[in-house]
Amino acid sequence: MARINDVGGTQGFGAIDTSDDTEPFHADWEARVVGLFNTLRGQGVFNTNEFRDAIESMPPAEYLAASYYERWFTAIRVLLERKGVIEPGELDD
Amino acid sequence: MSGDHTDATIARRVRRLETLLEEKGLVTGEKVDEVIDAFLAESSPANGARVVARAWTDEAFKSRLLRDGTAAVRELGYMDGSYQRLRVVENTATTHNVIVCTLCSCYPLRLLGPSPSWYKSEAYRSRVVREPRAVLAEFGVELPPGTQVTVWDSSAESRYMVLPRRPEGTAGMSEEELAGLVTRNALIGTAVV
Repeated sequence: MARINDVGGTQGFGAIDTSDDTEPFHADWEARVVGLFNTLRGQGVFNTNEFRDAIESMPPAEYLAASYYERWFTAIRVLLERKGVIEPGELDD
Repeated sequence: MSGDHTDATIARRVRRLETLLEEKGLVTGEKVDEVIDAFLAESSPANGARVVARAWTDEAFKSRLLRDGTAAVRELGYMDGSYQRLRVVENTATTHNVIVCTLCSCYPLRLLGPSPSWYKSEAYRSRVVREPRAVLAEFGVELPPGTQVTVWDSSAESRYMVLPRRPEGTAGMSEEELAGLVTRNALIGTAVV
Protein backbone atom coordinates (compact mmCIF):
# COMPACT_ATOMS: atom_id res chain seq x y z
CA MET A 1 0.00 0.00 0.00
CA ALA A 2 1.23 3.46 -0.83
CA ARG A 3 2.26 5.58 2.11
CA ILE A 4 0.81 9.00 2.79
CA ASN A 5 3.85 10.76 1.32
CA ASP A 6 3.13 9.21 -2.10
CA VAL A 7 0.92 12.06 -3.26
CA GLY A 8 1.78 12.20 -6.98
CA GLY A 9 -1.42 12.53 -9.01
CA THR A 10 -3.79 12.58 -6.07
CA GLN A 11 -6.42 15.30 -6.00
CA GLY A 12 -7.75 17.63 -3.36
CA PHE A 13 -4.66 19.43 -2.12
CA GLY A 14 -5.84 22.73 -3.53
CA ALA A 15 -3.98 25.63 -5.04
CA ILE A 16 -0.23 26.08 -4.96
CA ASP A 17 1.11 29.04 -3.05
CA THR A 18 3.59 30.11 -5.70
CA SER A 19 5.08 32.97 -3.71
CA ASP A 20 8.77 33.05 -4.34
CA ASP A 21 10.13 32.58 -0.86
CA THR A 22 13.86 32.82 -1.00
CA GLU A 23 14.43 32.49 2.75
CA PRO A 24 15.86 29.04 3.43
CA PHE A 25 14.25 28.90 6.88
CA HIS A 26 11.18 30.59 8.26
CA ALA A 27 12.10 30.23 11.92
CA ASP A 28 15.30 29.61 13.81
CA TRP A 29 14.11 26.20 14.99
CA GLU A 30 13.91 25.01 11.39
CA ALA A 31 17.61 25.76 10.94
CA ARG A 32 18.41 23.96 14.22
CA VAL A 33 16.50 20.89 13.01
CA VAL A 34 18.51 20.81 9.79
CA GLY A 35 21.73 21.32 11.75
CA LEU A 36 20.85 18.53 14.18
CA PHE A 37 19.87 16.23 11.33
CA ASN A 38 23.15 16.77 9.48
CA THR A 39 25.21 16.46 12.66
CA LEU A 40 23.56 13.23 13.81
CA ARG A 41 23.67 11.69 10.36
CA GLY A 42 27.32 12.68 10.04
CA GLN A 43 28.04 10.83 13.27
CA GLY A 44 26.28 7.72 12.00
CA VAL A 45 23.47 7.89 14.57
CA PHE A 46 21.11 7.22 11.67
CA ASN A 47 21.31 7.29 7.91
CA THR A 48 19.29 9.04 5.23
CA ASN A 49 17.21 6.01 4.34
CA GLU A 50 16.17 5.44 7.95
CA PHE A 51 15.28 9.11 8.16
CA ARG A 52 13.13 9.04 5.03
CA ASP A 53 11.42 5.89 6.25
CA ALA A 54 10.65 7.52 9.58
CA ILE A 55 8.96 10.47 7.83
CA GLU A 56 7.05 8.23 5.44
CA SER A 57 5.86 6.01 8.30
CA MET A 58 4.13 8.87 10.07
CA PRO A 59 0.40 8.34 10.63
CA PRO A 60 -1.35 10.05 7.67
CA ALA A 61 -3.25 12.60 9.73
CA GLU A 62 -0.11 13.57 11.63
CA TYR A 63 1.91 13.76 8.40
CA LEU A 64 -0.62 16.03 6.70
CA ALA A 65 -0.98 18.31 9.72
CA ALA A 66 2.77 18.77 10.13
CA SER A 67 4.86 21.36 8.38
CA TYR A 68 7.89 20.21 6.43
CA TYR A 69 10.42 20.66 9.20
CA GLU A 70 7.99 19.41 11.86
CA ARG A 71 8.17 16.12 9.96
CA TRP A 72 11.94 16.25 10.16
CA PHE A 73 11.77 16.81 13.90
CA THR A 74 9.32 13.93 14.34
CA ALA A 75 11.57 11.60 12.34
CA ILE A 76 14.66 12.56 14.36
CA ARG A 77 12.77 12.00 17.62
CA VAL A 78 11.41 8.62 16.47
CA LEU A 79 14.85 7.41 15.38
CA LEU A 80 16.58 8.60 18.56
CA GLU A 81 13.96 6.80 20.64
CA ARG A 82 14.17 3.64 18.54
CA LYS A 83 17.94 3.58 18.91
CA GLY A 84 17.78 4.21 22.63
CA VAL A 85 19.58 7.56 22.46
CA ILE A 86 16.67 9.22 24.23
CA GLU A 87 13.85 7.76 26.27
CA PRO A 88 10.30 7.81 24.91
CA GLY A 89 8.57 10.86 26.32
CA GLU A 90 11.84 12.56 27.25
CA LEU A 91 10.99 15.46 24.91
CA ASP A 92 7.35 15.88 25.85
CA ASP A 93 6.11 18.93 27.67
CA MET B 1 0.69 26.33 7.98
CA SER B 2 1.71 26.55 11.62
CA GLY B 3 0.18 29.12 13.89
CA ASP B 4 2.24 31.01 16.45
CA HIS B 5 1.25 28.69 19.23
CA THR B 6 2.40 25.59 17.34
CA ASP B 7 5.58 27.37 16.39
CA ALA B 8 6.38 28.20 20.01
CA THR B 9 5.75 24.60 21.02
CA ILE B 10 7.93 23.09 18.33
CA ALA B 11 10.65 25.69 18.93
CA ARG B 12 10.71 24.70 22.61
CA ARG B 13 10.88 21.00 21.78
CA VAL B 14 13.71 21.49 19.31
CA ARG B 15 15.63 23.47 21.92
CA ARG B 16 15.04 20.73 24.46
CA LEU B 17 16.25 18.09 22.02
CA GLU B 18 19.42 20.05 21.33
CA THR B 19 20.07 20.50 25.06
CA LEU B 20 19.48 16.80 25.68
CA LEU B 21 21.87 15.81 22.92
CA GLU B 22 24.46 18.25 24.27
CA GLU B 23 24.15 16.67 27.71
CA LYS B 24 24.65 13.26 26.16
CA GLY B 25 27.75 14.55 24.40
CA LEU B 26 26.40 13.91 20.91
CA VAL B 27 26.34 17.48 19.63
CA THR B 28 27.55 20.92 20.58
CA GLY B 29 25.78 24.15 19.72
CA GLU B 30 28.92 25.31 17.88
CA LYS B 31 28.97 22.18 15.74
CA VAL B 32 25.31 22.63 14.81
CA ASP B 33 26.00 26.30 13.95
CA GLU B 34 28.88 25.24 11.72
CA VAL B 35 26.79 22.64 9.94
CA ILE B 36 24.01 25.16 9.25
CA ASP B 37 26.48 27.76 7.98
CA ALA B 38 28.18 25.23 5.71
CA PHE B 39 24.85 24.08 4.32
CA LEU B 40 23.82 27.65 3.50
CA ALA B 41 27.22 28.63 2.13
CA GLU B 42 27.56 25.81 -0.35
CA SER B 43 23.98 25.63 -1.66
CA SER B 44 22.87 28.39 -4.01
CA PRO B 45 21.00 28.82 -7.26
CA ALA B 46 24.01 30.88 -8.36
CA ASN B 47 25.80 27.53 -8.76
CA GLY B 48 23.15 26.15 -11.11
CA ALA B 49 23.09 29.47 -12.97
CA ARG B 50 26.83 29.22 -13.51
CA VAL B 51 26.43 25.71 -14.94
CA VAL B 52 23.72 26.96 -17.32
CA ALA B 53 25.78 29.94 -18.49
CA ARG B 54 28.71 27.63 -19.20
CA ALA B 55 26.45 25.33 -21.22
CA TRP B 56 25.09 28.28 -23.19
CA THR B 57 28.57 29.43 -24.13
CA ASP B 58 30.46 26.15 -24.51
CA GLU B 59 28.89 23.53 -26.80
CA ALA B 60 31.33 20.81 -25.75
CA PHE B 61 30.52 21.39 -22.08
CA LYS B 62 26.82 21.38 -22.87
CA SER B 63 26.99 17.99 -24.57
CA ARG B 64 28.95 16.57 -21.63
CA LEU B 65 26.40 18.10 -19.26
CA LEU B 66 23.46 16.51 -21.04
CA ARG B 67 25.25 13.15 -21.33
CA ASP B 68 26.46 12.91 -17.73
CA GLY B 69 25.34 15.79 -15.53
CA THR B 70 27.15 14.59 -12.43
CA ALA B 71 30.54 14.39 -14.15
CA ALA B 72 30.07 17.72 -15.93
CA VAL B 73 29.15 19.72 -12.82
CA ARG B 74 32.12 18.16 -11.02
CA GLU B 75 34.31 19.91 -13.59
CA LEU B 76 33.02 23.14 -12.01
CA GLY B 77 33.56 21.86 -8.48
CA TYR B 78 30.01 20.81 -7.57
CA MET B 79 28.72 17.50 -6.21
CA ASP B 80 32.17 16.14 -5.41
CA GLY B 81 31.84 12.93 -3.46
CA SER B 82 28.05 12.92 -3.74
CA TYR B 83 26.31 9.59 -4.16
CA GLN B 84 23.60 11.30 -6.16
CA ARG B 85 23.25 11.29 -9.92
CA LEU B 86 22.36 14.52 -11.66
CA ARG B 87 20.52 14.50 -14.94
CA VAL B 88 20.22 17.81 -16.76
CA VAL B 89 17.21 18.12 -19.05
CA GLU B 90 17.20 20.68 -21.85
CA ASN B 91 14.37 22.97 -22.84
CA THR B 92 14.08 23.56 -26.58
CA ALA B 93 11.70 25.35 -28.94
CA THR B 94 9.39 22.34 -28.73
CA THR B 95 10.01 20.82 -25.28
CA HIS B 96 9.71 22.10 -21.75
CA ASN B 97 10.87 20.28 -18.63
CA VAL B 98 9.85 20.66 -15.02
CA ILE B 99 11.09 18.84 -11.92
CA VAL B 100 9.34 17.57 -8.82
CA CYS B 101 9.79 15.10 -6.00
CA THR B 102 6.34 13.57 -5.56
CA LEU B 103 7.46 11.51 -2.55
CA CYS B 104 9.10 14.27 -0.57
CA SER B 105 11.55 16.99 -1.48
CA CYS B 106 14.57 15.58 -3.37
CA TYR B 107 16.28 18.38 -5.19
CA PRO B 108 19.82 19.29 -6.27
CA LEU B 109 20.41 21.52 -3.25
CA ARG B 110 23.98 22.36 -4.05
CA LEU B 111 23.00 23.78 -7.46
CA LEU B 112 19.60 25.27 -6.68
CA GLY B 113 19.93 26.34 -3.06
CA PRO B 114 17.39 25.48 -0.36
CA SER B 115 14.10 24.65 -2.04
CA PRO B 116 11.09 26.95 -1.86
CA SER B 117 8.14 25.96 0.33
CA TRP B 118 5.89 25.30 -2.64
CA TYR B 119 8.30 22.68 -4.00
CA LYS B 120 7.79 20.69 -0.80
CA SER B 121 4.02 21.23 -0.68
CA GLU B 122 1.50 18.47 -1.27
CA ALA B 123 -0.29 20.76 -3.73
CA TYR B 124 2.70 21.06 -6.07
CA ARG B 125 3.83 17.46 -5.66
CA SER B 126 0.41 16.01 -6.36
CA ARG B 127 -0.64 18.33 -9.17
CA VAL B 128 2.39 18.91 -11.36
CA VAL B 129 2.44 15.28 -12.48
CA ARG B 130 -1.29 15.32 -13.21
CA GLU B 131 -1.80 18.70 -14.83
CA PRO B 132 1.61 20.23 -15.52
CA ARG B 133 0.32 22.84 -17.97
CA ALA B 134 -2.19 24.18 -15.47
CA VAL B 135 0.49 24.31 -12.77
CA LEU B 136 2.94 26.06 -15.09
CA ALA B 137 0.27 28.61 -15.99
CA GLU B 138 -0.15 29.39 -12.28
CA PHE B 139 3.54 30.21 -12.21
CA GLY B 140 3.04 32.46 -15.23
CA VAL B 141 4.63 30.11 -17.73
CA GLU B 142 2.59 30.12 -20.93
CA LEU B 143 3.95 27.65 -23.45
CA PRO B 144 3.23 27.74 -27.17
CA PRO B 145 0.62 25.15 -28.15
CA GLY B 146 2.24 21.93 -29.21
CA THR B 147 5.10 22.23 -26.72
CA GLN B 148 5.84 18.86 -25.21
CA VAL B 149 5.99 19.03 -21.42
CA THR B 150 8.01 16.44 -19.50
CA VAL B 151 7.84 16.15 -15.72
CA TRP B 152 10.84 14.56 -13.98
CA ASP B 153 10.18 12.93 -10.63
CA SER B 154 13.25 12.91 -8.39
CA SER B 155 14.38 10.20 -6.04
CA ALA B 156 16.95 9.84 -3.29
CA GLU B 157 19.60 8.93 -5.85
CA SER B 158 18.46 10.79 -8.97
CA ARG B 159 18.24 14.55 -9.09
CA TYR B 160 17.26 16.73 -12.03
CA MET B 161 18.02 20.25 -13.16
CA VAL B 162 16.49 22.08 -16.11
CA LEU B 163 18.72 23.70 -18.72
CA PRO B 164 16.56 26.65 -19.78
CA ARG B 165 16.59 28.09 -23.30
CA ARG B 166 19.00 30.91 -23.83
CA PRO B 167 16.97 34.05 -24.49
CA GLU B 168 17.12 35.96 -27.76
CA GLY B 169 19.29 39.03 -27.90
CA THR B 170 21.98 37.79 -25.52
CA ALA B 171 24.67 37.05 -28.10
CA GLY B 172 27.02 39.71 -26.79
CA MET B 173 26.70 38.85 -23.12
CA SER B 174 29.49 37.41 -21.01
CA GLU B 175 29.13 34.12 -19.17
CA GLU B 176 28.76 36.01 -15.92
CA GLU B 177 26.05 38.27 -17.32
CA LEU B 178 24.22 35.24 -18.67
CA ALA B 179 24.37 33.55 -15.29
CA GLY B 180 22.70 36.62 -13.83
CA LEU B 181 19.63 35.97 -15.99
CA VAL B 182 19.02 32.48 -14.64
CA THR B 183 16.58 32.20 -11.75
CA ARG B 184 16.00 29.33 -9.36
CA ASN B 185 12.54 28.72 -10.80
CA ALA B 186 14.03 28.52 -14.30
CA LEU B 187 16.27 25.70 -13.02
CA ILE B 188 13.17 23.93 -11.67
CA GLY B 189 11.16 24.61 -14.83
CA THR B 190 8.47 26.81 -13.27
CA ALA B 191 9.89 29.84 -15.08
CA VAL B 192 11.59 30.55 -18.35
CA VAL B 193 14.56 32.85 -18.85
